[in-house]
Amino acid sequence: MEELILEIQDLKKYFRGSSGFLSKNVRWVKAVDGVSFQVCRGDTFGLVGESGCGKSTLGKTILGIYKSTAGSVIFEGKNIPHLPRNKAKEIRKNIQYVYQDPGASLDPYWTVGRILSEPLMIHTSLSKRSIREQVHKMLDDVGLQEEHLSLYPHEFSGGQQRRLGLARILCLNPRLVILDEPTSGLDVSVQATILKLFMELKIRFHLTYIFISHNLSVIHMMCNRLAVMYAGKIVEMGETRAIFSEPLHPYSQVLLAAIPQLGKKLGEEKDLSLTGEPPNPEDFPSGCRFWPRCRDKMGICETVSPALQAGSDGRSIACHRIHPLATKT
Amino acid sequence: MDSNQKELLLEVSNLTVHFHTDRGVVKALDAAELRVKRGEIVGLIGESGCGKTTMARSVLRVLPPMARIESGAISFAGEDLLAMEEKNLNSFIRGKKITLIPQDPFNSLNPVFSVGTQIRDILKWKGESQDSNQRNEAKLWEMLGQVQIPPLENQLQKYPYQFSGGQRQRIMIAMALLPSPDLVIADEPTTALDVTVEAQILRLMTSLVRGRGISVLFITHDLGVASEVCERIVVMYAGQDMEDGPADILFSEPRHPYTKELLGSLPNPEGRIQDIPGEVPSLIHPPSGCRFHPRCPNVIEVCPRQKPERAELAAGHWVRCFNPVR
Repeated sequence: MEELILEIQDLKKYFRGSSGFLSKNVRWVKAVDGVSFQVCRGDTFGLVGESGCGKSTLGKTILGIYKSTAGSVIFEGKNIPHLPRNKAKEIRKNIQYVYQDPGASLDPYWTVGRILSEPLMIHTSLSKRSIREQVHKMLDDVGLQEEHLSLYPHEFSGGQQRRLGLARILCLNPRLVILDEPTSGLDVSVQATILKLFMELKIRFHLTYIFISHNLSVIHMMCNRLAVMYAGKIVEMGETRAIFSEPLHPYSQVLLAAIPQLGKKLGEEKDLSLTGEPPNPEDFPSGCRFWPRCRDKMGICETVSPALQAGSDGRSIACHRIHPLATKT
Repeated sequence: MDSNQKELLLEVSNLTVHFHTDRGVVKALDAAELRVKRGEIVGLIGESGCGKTTMARSVLRVLPPMARIESGAISFAGEDLLAMEEKNLNSFIRGKKITLIPQDPFNSLNPVFSVGTQIRDILKWKGESQDSNQRNEAKLWEMLGQVQIPPLENQLQKYPYQFSGGQRQRIMIAMALLPSPDLVIADEPTTALDVTVEAQILRLMTSLVRGRGISVLFITHDLGVASEVCERIVVMYAGQDMEDGPADILFSEPRHPYTKELLGSLPNPEGRIQDIPGEVPSLIHPPSGCRFHPRCPNVIEVCPRQKPERAELAAGHWVRCFNPVR
């Protein structure tokens, strides 16, 4: 039986949107709007979608960088948003976040040695000496050398900066690591090195990953389960292999068909390309948020938002065509 | 072979470009070669710093001040671009016979002028005095329709920030095609876009250039995109052109070890990812001979001593390697 490590229930994160000066009508940006999923220990759970779909906001809300508007984040049985601050901090030590742009997330005026010691000083009560030992060990684990300790972040290449970001979080022995676009902006050969490192570290430190990416081929390789997000909601969720071999939600179908692939020629396959662009988060369409771009839309889609419903094969889909409304209570 | 009979439009030969920086001389291009035929879409691929953009900028002669073209020749439709006077380049080549679709649609439109002003400027600047305003307007509306921007005057009065990324890139495509160029240089035109929008833009761009017989030099680091769009691919590494061949053959049977390794490092569902050992070299002190030799699995004794010549291994398939993949 697989052990549950993280359970998200109906999580919502709304931001106050732009409204006119002195205006009473506050518009809410529903960046994450009622998302539920479960992650088992040892999983690599992928979150995919295009920019603005809420995947990074979701990651940050899970960790508590953003305070959730509603819903629960249950990590190893404890509902984090309901805990007092100091307790929550204690638990969050076990969840770590790797930022998208490591160059920007490392302090440019600090040496690598200081950057790597800081989390240990904040979260543990180790002596200076054991902190130093720990830092050396971590550097070695991510493939950097001791002489790197006195350098500054800008002296590192993009790939090395990512290694640093990893060393920094591994110091704390996290159990769940949220990787936010961990390879964006890297060349393919560097990306390959970093992805390999993720796989090795996962096994060595018994990590569970939440892997946020818009790069579908990376998700396909790294994740065993995934959720496809569109405009703040999950539209399809299930085993990676099943979704990639037969996507069922109309949006997933289009998204997967759009992956540029070797040997595929533009215009040879059925044209699934979408018209229009992802909706403005301040002004999502009513009903199913995908309907204005959907080729399979029905009348009901414009008014009623479909719920995410589980099918027999462990796959959940939010689409009126696949799960007609009658089955919903 | 139909494509072999097409007329050569752009020929870059033995181009060496150095950047004279404070830290030393960056040998950005090392006797690189590139050929684009009329009506052909050629992909220029490689990792960052391999010289793709330097190549494109050399063709337009818009290199930064610290760059110097040390040797080589660039011939475009029979004219020697390196010998051409600046004045003539501006009146006949830049933005006329050769246009550019830039990487970032967010920064390449002027934020303080309406889109209409910027597009109309192109038609004016094109300086075809015999073209009346009316004819120019007709062309403009036709082009807007083709790039699927609603051809309405109120669209043209909008400012760049009022358009989405995809729409802005459509506007850039319209601006690149309006002067009826012979060659369009597309520098990573879709990297800033989401996959579904990227697919739309690629379809649009290729159908428009194919319909007009325009050649495209398509610069990208995305091998998948290159494979879908281009007829021929040139692979660059550290300032040297390594392999040059038809897209379908080059990707299925790469002959240069670098191309093979690069393809092997793409993420794949089986999870058997292969990284290339080592790092991209510094171009201030590039490796001698073939610049890939320190990372190459096929390295032989001659590789560090000598730069390999381009060898045609099959019709239209050139490789610069002493010990190519068999």
